[in-house]
Amino acid sequence: MKTGTRILSKAYLWLILVILYAPIVFIAIFSFTEAKSLGNWTGFSLSLYKNLFMGSMQNSSGLISAVENTLLIALVASAVATLLGTVAAIGIYNMKGRKKQVMSFLNNIPMVNPDIITGVSLFLLFVFLHFSQGYLTVILAHITFCTPYVVLNVLPKLSQMDPNIYEAALDLGATPAQALRKVLIPGLRPGMISGFILSFTMSLDDFAVTFFTRGTIGLDTLSTFIYTDARKGGLTPELKPLMTIIFLVILAVLLFINIRSAKNEKAS
Amino acid sequence: MDERIIDIKHVSKSFGDKNVLRDISLYVKKGEFVTLLGPSGCGKTTLLRMLAGFLQPDEGEILMDGKDLTLVPPHQRRLNTVFQRYALFPHLDVYDNIAFGLKLKKTPSDEIDKKVRKVLKLVSMSDYEDRDVESLSGGQQQRIAIARAIVNQPEILLLDEPLAALDLKMRKDMQIELKEMHKKLGITFIYVTHDQEEALTLSDTIVVMNDGKIQQTGTPIDIYNEPVNCFVADFIGESNILNGRMLRDRRVSFINQEFDCVDEGFGEDVPVDVVVRPEDIYFTTDPARCQFKAKVNSCTFKGVHYEMWVDTESGYELMIQDYDPYPVGSEVMLYIDPDDIQVMKKERLANTYGCKVTGEGKVQFLDTDFECGTEGFQSGDSATATISFKDVELLDHEEDADLVGNIVSILYMGDRYHLTVKTETGENIWVDTNDIWDKGDFVGIKILPESIRLSKSAEGNE
Repeated sequence: MKTGTRILSKAYLWLILVILYAPIVFIAIFSFTEAKSLGNWTGFSLSLYKNLFMGSMQNSSGLISAVENTLLIALVASAVATLLGTVAAIGIYNMKGRKKQVMSFLNNIPMVNPDIITGVSLFLLFVFLHFSQGYLTVILAHITFCTPYVVLNVLPKLSQMDPNIYEAALDLGATPAQALRKVLIPGLRPGMISGFILSFTMSLDDFAVTFFTRGTIGLDTLSTFIYTDARKGGLTPELKPLMTIIFLVILAVLLFINIRSAKNEKAS
Repeated sequence: MDERIIDIKHVSKSFGDKNVLRDISLYVKKGEFVTLLGPSGCGKTTLLRMLAGFLQPDEGEILMDGKDLTLVPPHQRRLNTVFQRYALFPHLDVYDNIAFGLKLKKTPSDEIDKKVRKVLKLVSMSDYEDRDVESLSGGQQQRIAIARAIVNQPEILLLDEPLAALDLKMRKDMQIELKEMHKKLGITFIYVTHDQEEALTLSDTIVVMNDGKIQQTGTPIDIYNEPVNCFVADFIGESNILNGRMLRDRRVSFINQEFDCVDEGFGEDVPVDVVVRPEDIYFTTDPARCQFKAKVNSCTFKGVHYEMWVDTESGYELMIQDYDPYPVGSEVMLYIDPDDIQVMKKERLANTYGCKVTGEGKVQFLDTDFECGTEGFQSGDSATATISFKDVELLDHEEDADLVGNIVSILYMGDRYHLTVKTETGENIWVDTNDIWDKGDFVGIKILPESIRLSKSAEGNE
């Protein structure tokens, strides 16, 4: 009876894991064959990878510029969001009572708001303000939905800090700016880094907001590129190796962060 | 040495509608060890934070060396603070924590090196420079916090309950070290604590604070031997606080007995408070010396001395400390030296409130309507309502109460408890009772119509 439930619970766990990871494994496997249509195995080959890196595929310049745009937008948006979010978190932390609650609540709403609504409303706002849509609007939009996540990551670091630490720095002769740079920011750094990483990934895989704010100048990020590509008649086969690589890079980053934080915990 | 380094003039501060400091005036002499002592919420930390520059007074001014500090930001004040929870910088090691202030001043690195080593030696932490501050114990962190402050050679060191987080043994050791450090450095220490023993041990001058006001300023010996009011007598050490009557100069009566004392100038037949320290009531076997008799009702060993409670023949209960125990139930003869009787002016004889007559038999005070006789007054008149301490009734429920409040302090007066009850509007009502209540209790307050006496208010008594 007891071993029966144990086997059952293990099987359940594995089933869930398989369901979760099967699609990714599926793409990874089929990135190593030449077949144009998904699901056909025509023997092991690295030609898709070769095409991807040599640029010898149809519309490869479009794909490369989409990847560049994605990274550029993600970097700029998450950097600005980290800055804004940290400052906002310090402000919210120093508020008192009801005001603080209201501000935290207002910060949480954009995170639960569906992307499509954020996207459409930003689109309408930009039109209303006569903003010509392009890089700037996409980056502004990404900053908008990333900032609350930074606030959420930095706030707990502030409450963990000794409340007198900023004053201690002033007391020892630091100007407010020096106290911020030499004491407050180093203390908040872990929260800022996790906020930055979260913002970066949120920006990377955003489709809805980008789609509505990129305008008509032909600006493509990876997600909009793939969407258009798929609608034009089947996915470009070279996307399979690209997705595999992205997945592996993210996996590596995650492993690195986890191992490092485990080490830090042991050290302290 | 008599030079004033800090001069606080008529400083007031409120947060919202709470007055934290009310008209504080105080000066600190150069090189002194001054302690601000008081219960939590008395405003002592607020005052310290103003000196450091983290808060601004609403009114009044603070002078340092005769110059106004108001517009000087914290980082330009020549004083350093040791915080209650150390506030060390967790991302820096011991050395960099201590060097923080020196580096900001662009001190050459070999000089920083010399100074950090010297100060580490002073706090007996020489081998710890490379340690992570979070790996240190509470006591060690405290030493680093002190080192970090004094390495900058401030003229004044501010200490905000620096020993509160340490255990008793550690606290005692650090007290001695702080005292020695003060001697060695020769700078002014301003120390905040709620621990009366710490204050008595360390200070040259103690400033006792309560409710945003300075109650008494003096040397530890003055404060202990000659408290100016019941609060100070009760807060510092153990006391028998009793109702008394000053019969004439050098003659006082309390516990239904007349005593010689050394106090003068109170007038004749004036109600006073009398304080007698428990170690100042002596046992005697000589009937000629005996001033009054009592029966021992409890006797507890306290380490160095015994603490005994005795019931006097006149019905008062007194605490006595003595090296020799007397068995419970035994009759003892007691006397008190005139020197050891401290007579204090009574702060108030009854509750008095400015009130408004709102109708026939109706008055309003403490934001509450009361019934009482209003002969001689007309609706709309202002008057003063007087209620004696014993006529205020406390209830453990709200239903029949006129208003509600919290008990903020309890004073045992030998035959009754004298309570201070703070109402919801922040006003105090003083109550004499034989019932036992606890500090912090939420109580209903009832005042019967016949207990309220109205009189014409002479000077718009608000």
